[in-house]
Amino acid sequence: MNLPIYFDYSATTPVDPRVAEQMIQYLTQYFGNPASRSHQFGWDSEKAVEKARENVAALINANPKEIVWTSGATESNNLAIKGAAHFYQKKGKHIITSMTEHKAVLDTCRQLEREGFDITYLNPQSNGLIDLKELEAAVRDDTILVSIMHVNNEIGVITDIAAIGEMTRSHKVLFHVDAAQSAGKVPIDLATMKVDLMSFSAHKIYGPKGIGALYVRRKPRVRLEAQIHGGGHERGMRSGTLATHQIVGMGEAFRIAKEEMTTENQRIGKLRDKLLNALQDIEEMYINGDEKQRIAGNLNISFNFIEGESLMMALKDLAVSSGSACTSASLEPSYVLKAIGRNDELAHSSLRFTLGRFTTEEEVDYAIPLIRSNIEKLRDLSPLWEMFKEGIDLNSIQWDSH
Amino acid sequence: MAYSEKVLDHYEKPRNVGNLDKDDQSVGTGMVGAPACGDVMRLQIKVGDNGVIEDAKFKTYGCGSAIASSSLLTEWVKGKTLEEASAIKNTEIAEELALPPVKIHCSVLAESAVKSAIEDYNKKQKV
Ligand SMILES: Cc1ncc(COP(=O)(O)O)c(C=O)c1O
Repeated sequence: MNLPIYFDYSATTPVDPRVAEQMIQYLTQYFGNPASRSHQFGWDSEKAVEKARENVAALINANPKEIVWTSGATESNNLAIKGAAHFYQKKGKHIITSMTEHKAVLDTCRQLEREGFDITYLNPQSNGLIDLKELEAAVRDDTILVSIMHVNNEIGVITDIAAIGEMTRSHKVLFHVDAAQSAGKVPIDLATMKVDLMSFSAHKIYGPKGIGALYVRRKPRVRLEAQIHGGGHERGMRSGTLATHQIVGMGEAFRIAKEEMTTENQRIGKLRDKLLNALQDIEEMYINGDEKQRIAGNLNISFNFIEGESLMMALKDLAVSSGSACTSASLEPSYVLKAIGRNDELAHSSLRFTLGRFTTEEEVDYAIPLIRSNIEKLRDLSPLWEMFKEGIDLNSIQWDSH
Repeated sequence: MAYSEKVLDHYEKPRNVGNLDKDDQSVGTGMVGAPACGDVMRLQIKVGDNGVIEDAKFKTYGCGSAIASSSLLTEWVKGKTLEEASAIKNTEIAEELALPPVKIHCSVLAESAVKSAIEDYNKKQKV
């Protein structure tokens, strides 16, 4: 077992060796430009790109023609939201999203606000999920788009996108889903789910960084205004020479995911449950996000009265992430945890463990006593823990905020 | 972010963790920061008849740099007169621990913890 142990699969994943092997050939041997129509080099690359497109489409039960290559989910989200907003703005300028979306959605919406669009940011329930009735109530005559993520990157909760799709379709509103964290982890069937646009990223599912895709529905047809102009690649929706090796990698990653998702989820889920069960009796621990409706690999916990960064420092053998402000440039604790109603203290005290394909039971077994002993150590150091133990209500104290 | 050797040393082996009797006339307690901001420091000093700090204890909720700043502080104040202790500057703490700019607020908090403990002690002496 190598240290540190990687428990941050939601941040990114290693490239599966099977994926890397496929990619290498397309760097050295089959290096042609897939847009070159006049020779074998181009034809070989084009064939590989189209094969990859089929593999991506197959995982989500879509038509390969509905897949547009991008540089990642950030770009897919930008293209979907800005592209739809710009194309359909004559119909209306209202967009609905949620407060717990990834920054790639939120900051795109902020930009549209500056352009004169009106955005509604829905507050999730305390389990991290959006209430469908509340979402429906927010739909107006001038609403053109709803953008809700499938799986949240911090707390791992799974949104019922099939139900939202029925609602948006009945109101003739487009529905975009950021599926960066769900593809390969949660079944997606776009033949039945009424999703119009869906964003994907390769590096969250054992593919390379810097490549992603946007699903754009053909029936009923969804139109987008391109955000990147040039040679007219990808049916004009996204110009730029296709990164063959990256695309091949993404295709292979999606192919493997389709084949192994069910067994992999069971294995990872068992390890996650083992970790959770071993920590469950710790006093003042709070699981963030719905306990049932979440992906197998995610465990997000707040250990009250301990600051997340100091806990991560103690757990330097474990690569995890925290919602603590100290880990971000902003000095604000996680906006996702705040949005689900966690107070600042609990947001500061959170740790996110995300397990994946290469996580072993030995690694989980190593982590458990390490986590437990360091929580104890840091609580012995914590004046807040001492006060809590003495029965002092921390809210009754006048803190000086700085 | 990488931590300096000194921050790691104080974090892994914090000095003078614990409590002094806050009702003792010779003990001054300072508690600064706020849970909502992610750091709370409690520093206690025990002052001898000669006005010299005999003992110091701390407990801190916060990041590694906050814990290290308060641990270092307890070492520094011991043996100092109240006047000397209140002259400790956050910049000295930040320098000693090689704190990066985003962690300067930890040393600022430590400085105000000493001042607040001394203030509490002085208040007790007046009654
Ligand atoms: C939910 C979600 N959306 C979008 C992204 C951005 O993806 P990418 O890194 O491919 O741009 C991420 C990953 O950081 C994510 O977790």
